[in-house]
Amino acid sequence: MGGGSATFKIFRHDPSAEGEEPRFQEYEVPVRPGLTVLDALFYVQERLDSSLAFRASCRAAACGSCAMHIAGGYGLACQTQVEPLGGGPIVLRPLAHLPIIRDLVVDMGPFWEKYNKIRPFLVPGEPAPEKERTQSPDDRDKLEGLIDCILCGICSSACAVGGTDDAYLGPAALLNADRFVQDTRDGATEERLRIVDGEHGVWRCHTIFSCQEACPKGLDPTGAIMTLRRTIIRHRWKKLVR
Amino acid sequence: MRSHDVLIVGGGLAGLRAAVELNKANVKVGLISKVHPLRSHSVAAQGGINASLGNHPRGDYDTAMRHAFDTVKGSDFLADQPAVVRMAKDAPLRVFEIEHWGCPFSRTDEGKIAQRPFGGAGFPRTCYASDKTGLAMMHTLFEQMIRYQQAAERQELVVYSEWLVIGLAVDGDLCAGAVAMNIKTGEVDGFRAEAVLFATGGAGRIYGNSTNAIINSGMGMAVPYRAGVPLKDMEFVQFHPTTLCGSNILISEAARGEGGYLLNKDGHRFLADYPDSKKAMEVAPRDIVARNMAREILAGRAVEGTHFWLDLRHLGEEKIQKQLPGIRDLAIRFAGIDPADRPVPVQPGQHYTMGGIDVDRSGASPLKGLFAAGEAACVSVHGANRLGGNSLLDTIVFGAITGEAMAEFIAGHVRPASADKALAEAAARGREAVERLLGGGGAEDPVSIKDEMKKTMMEKVGIFRDRADLSAALAKIRELKDRYRRVGVSFKGKILNQELRSTIELGGSLDVAEAVVAGALAREESRGSHSRTDFPKRDDAGWLKHTLAALAPEGPRLSYRDVELGYFEPAERVY
Repeated sequence: MGGGSATFKIFRHDPSAEGEEPRFQEYEVPVRPGLTVLDALFYVQERLDSSLAFRASCRAAACGSCAMHIAGGYGLACQTQVEPLGGGPIVLRPLAHLPIIRDLVVDMGPFWEKYNKIRPFLVPGEPAPEKERTQSPDDRDKLEGLIDCILCGICSSACAVGGTDDAYLGPAALLNADRFVQDTRDGATEERLRIVDGEHGVWRCHTIFSCQEACPKGLDPTGAIMTLRRTIIRHRWKKLVR
Repeated sequence: MRSHDVLIVGGGLAGLRAAVELNKANVKVGLISKVHPLRSHSVAAQGGINASLGNHPRGDYDTAMRHAFDTVKGSDFLADQPAVVRMAKDAPLRVFEIEHWGCPFSRTDEGKIAQRPFGGAGFPRTCYASDKTGLAMMHTLFEQMIRYQQAAERQELVVYSEWLVIGLAVDGDLCAGAVAMNIKTGEVDGFRAEAVLFATGGAGRIYGNSTNAIINSGMGMAVPYRAGVPLKDMEFVQFHPTTLCGSNILISEAARGEGGYLLNKDGHRFLADYPDSKKAMEVAPRDIVARNMAREILAGRAVEGTHFWLDLRHLGEEKIQKQLPGIRDLAIRFAGIDPADRPVPVQPGQHYTMGGIDVDRSGASPLKGLFAAGEAACVSVHGANRLGGNSLLDTIVFGAITGEAMAEFIAGHVRPASADKALAEAAARGREAVERLLGGGGAEDPVSIKDEMKKTMMEKVGIFRDRADLSAALAKIRELKDRYRRVGVSFKGKILNQELRSTIELGGSLDVAEAVVAGALAREESRGSHSRTDFPKRDDAGWLKHTLAALAPEGPRLSYRDVELGYFEPAERVY
């Protein structure tokens, strides 16, 4: 690590500026133990180059704002330590498959549209009782790893299929579809399966596991997609037998 | 100019809950947030939400009134008791409701909502979704919002993501709308509304050592404050006992509720040495634990003079993974420590703003048509110290109450013709202010002003306070405010200009910081989170009252209002 500092090579682009070409710009950032990539971005923006644009909010890996491509892999800037990355150059790029607004900030609109398509809300099977709907601890456990998604968009950017099929629902929306299918309180399984059972749904996944590898929360969208596939097939069989 | 029946500022739990309530009442809602709603700070809440459900084996005799009593005692008797009773009574209703909407609470063996012990509570009444309760609740409410947006028969519910509210339009004694800047384009526009709700969260980032999200600048309190609405009880700032050493990332109180120990450098559970925490130990309320940690630091018994050990090892890996998976993940990723193997280094850090925009029990401020809810507001239900698990409750109880009150308000309200003119003028002023910063501006650097403010608040307006420190802090904040008048931004772009945005917000932070310091300097007693070493006792005869700070040209002008009692007599607080 050259003299306790690291070189950051950061993607810069303003699509609204005519004739402006995307480029990488280098910045030298002093490194201390515990320094995160997000800390480094603030150092650059506040002390070296006030024109840099990036998103940040909770800085504790809970909100999903600072998802980006960091030194060869996707990650949350806030939970990525700089020291283990070495002296650099540490290359930072925006999320893929989404329009760039400026620098590291992308338009998440297309991502949210896909999320909205899966009807991401509980559709209860029965009217609400006076108190809580009961759910056994085992049934609740089925939601672990599904309710932990922070919708940062990393999995969908890491997904190779997303680069070739704009209409593909993508790992985040599909994982969240499974979140409701697995919930014993939900009564809309048939409809949910219909939404994801299509050429731009679960069958488009090539099981490359890029989403699982990239997820900053250690979740397994590929696994969720496979579960949805199995459930769809089981439901088809049931209909045939009936 | 954009137009809605009601404008909600803030997309966290209180804002979303109010939006759902207003939509149910068939009101057209615009919701403005400076980040996408799911990036709001509510997602960072961990431990849980209080409601006297009695689902825990040791919770059989819990009642809403016992919840109310614990809250009032925790508040060091500064909370308004009728408001607390209302919150405690509504708690089960709101928790069941959000469960019905799909909130994935952890479960008891009988399949009921699981509850855990928390600080200052007589029974285990904190409902939780492992240690990610805020995230679970936020997603649930956001999902309900999408449900309403997708339902054809529903009224509009428009979300403006990444817009920063920079001003209010006031027409006589009426709030006529708000002025906001589109962060993505630099456009400044007026938002016409019959009523405006501020649900903008706390002001933790006026401190250098806060658990809060970077976005919690206090701007949402400053905007109404500048429009003439008082800020209430701002001197009451909660310091959370367990934040990760260095980064001040929150380590939930659930870690102690589940049985974790706090150790000093000698490996001793020092809370046993202090009369106010020797019985409850780690689950004493936050103000008491944080204060006793500060005493240990002063006595030279903190590790390296800065931190303590949060020891969870005796809980075993299985329980840690099951009940505290988020905490474990944070400790591993941010401190390189697995709590199953080694104790976690923690220190007290700023966590919650008990004070806020002065509102009554229905969320209405003294300015007609302006409402506030959640951490941005001060009802007051938390008084001088908030109990863990009561902030999430505050957001959904008062989000719902305020939504209902706003629907009623606009039903009986006729907007005067002059209101649109006031809004157009306010929008013009907003545009000018932004242009002024971008165009000319002065030589003062906003970053050094911000750094000096955070340092001042941390060093002089922390857990222990005295007149000398507070006077110095007030002088310093005023010096910074003066320098801020000559501030300039170096980047002139309109698209995602982070420097412009944070410089605008810095002005708000300074106003709020000044109200905190002025209130703290004036309050010559120790109550809850406010500990004056020069006035170490609570003084009910002189100070059982709320501070109201109104912004005058020379700074905050303070007045006081009696606390509403009626249920519980103020008594000494021991745990």
